[in-house]
Amino acid sequence: MTYTSERPPIAESSDSLRARIPGWGADLDPKVRPSVPKLQWQEDKTGAHWEFPERQPEKWPRERSIEHEFLTPVFGTSCPPKGLSGALRRFSYRKYSEGRAAHWLLLLAADRVDAWESHLRSFATLRPDNPVTETGVLSEFTRHGFSSRAGKNRADVKHHLADPIIIAGPWVLAAGLAYSAARKLLRWRRG
Amino acid sequence: MVYRGPYKVRVEEKDVPAIEHPGDAIVRVKLAAICGSDLHLYHGMMPDTRVGMTFGHEFIGVVEEIGSGVQNLKRGDRVMVPFNVFCGTCWFCARGLYSNCHNVNPNATAVGGIYGYSHTCGGYDGGQAEFVRVPFADVGPAVIPDWLDDEDAVLLTDALATGYFGAQLGEIAEGDVVVVFGAGPVGLFAAKSAWLMGAGRVIVVDHLENRLEKARSFAHAETYNFTEYDDIVVHLKKLTDHLGADVAIDAVGAEADGNLTQHVTSAKLKLQGGSPVALNWCIDSVRKGGTISVMGAYGPMFSAVKFGDAMNKGLTLRMNQCPVKRQWPRLFEHIRNGYLKPSDIVTHRIPLEHIAEGYHIFSAKLDGCIKPLIVPNAG
Repeated sequence: MTYTSERPPIAESSDSLRARIPGWGADLDPKVRPSVPKLQWQEDKTGAHWEFPERQPEKWPRERSIEHEFLTPVFGTSCPPKGLSGALRRFSYRKYSEGRAAHWLLLLAADRVDAWESHLRSFATLRPDNPVTETGVLSEFTRHGFSSRAGKNRADVKHHLADPIIIAGPWVLAAGLAYSAARKLLRWRRG
Repeated sequence: MVYRGPYKVRVEEKDVPAIEHPGDAIVRVKLAAICGSDLHLYHGMMPDTRVGMTFGHEFIGVVEEIGSGVQNLKRGDRVMVPFNVFCGTCWFCARGLYSNCHNVNPNATAVGGIYGYSHTCGGYDGGQAEFVRVPFADVGPAVIPDWLDDEDAVLLTDALATGYFGAQLGEIAEGDVVVVFGAGPVGLFAAKSAWLMGAGRVIVVDHLENRLEKARSFAHAETYNFTEYDDIVVHLKKLTDHLGADVAIDAVGAEADGNLTQHVTSAKLKLQGGSPVALNWCIDSVRKGGTISVMGAYGPMFSAVKFGDAMNKGLTLRMNQCPVKRQWPRLFEHIRNGYLKPSDIVTHRIPLEHIAEGYHIFSAKLDGCIKPLIVPNAG
């Protein structure tokens, strides 16, 4: 027991486990575990044939952490910063290191601004955002979602009441504000 | 697939990615997966996740085009691509820390490059698409052996490798009591791998019955649903003669349920790098002097972790993103020996066109979803 020096016994012996569980103990020796030891020198360099990689061309002033000495030789080019969110992101990268909470909070704020900017921009295209199809909520009807609401196999049960408010709330609020602004404008025009 | 803001994704036509560096390859995706950590992006929790980005760091495919510097691959090769983007020669790669490569992520030094995982991880588009750009094609991808089928291969690009790596981080010794928090794909693989390393008892904790059933049947584990106990930590202590587990594995990460305050401050208000409920349960339920392994993904912001208890208990905390390619040779052996059959955990196969529904069912875990695969051009 715990209050003496004896280790509590395990119900099943190693031999019994070996017989019952396929592969039991195959990696018992830490030496055969591939990530042991840490910081092990990798002789083969997994196929690399360079000491320092050739540099990828920088097509726009690529934002980077000020903790880096220079732009890394290879980088992603998925979504260049744009609009107000882009300005916030560039400011955050230029001003704050990763050690500062301001860096991450600004980036998270920029993400929310980006979402709203992109929603607004989408209304000027032939394919505006559609909160019904894009949230995948139709799977409630096509993939047994509705029946999943009962029982203990669904992760978001506790959030059911809050989620519609969080997701639909800003849209309803924005529609209300737009309606109110349009009414005020009409009244003002009528004198 | 493109991200349109929290909880919203859709399918769009994007330009086919181009070779941007002599070491690049363009891979035509055959099979991808949605990972639990994609949900952190989907829920808007990972900083610098930009509208228009394509997610997906678990994918396999066929080499469509190679850059002028690529020597080890050719067009038509069927390849598996580890979720890490890495160069193979920087200080970190040279020492096997492929997930911490210093040459691929200008946006941060705290994390390496990951496909489709926000600009915090380098701004690379991911594999939930028809085509994907694969940098350093000579070091990352491997040609899939003929005997390995596509569904097993795609699970080797993250979920299985990460679960197996998590068990290694636990430094399991023969007879150890191992408790795994989270019975998602990574937790299931961690539990299964703990036996390979000689665990004497493997306990899995979750709140979804279908996942716990899988932990029993697939991973031979003893399981507990934390919602059925007033205090799961006390229950685990009672189960272990009030000593605590020797090793605790956090296979949950930022989306941990089980505490409303943590959920509101992390998932809703984004004031933490994730809800560390599972990590705190690890700290509480492991014995003094025990080891905690963390491969559940957290955001870079601070989290309310019970560090004082970890210090006072003399714990060893080990954690990292998995250096996937380092795991492959040994995992190939285990699969060939029949010790592991990764695709046994796959529950859903979803056409890329229905990706929004795929994210919703995986996020809510409806329809018994444990692991969804995404199939481009499935019609």
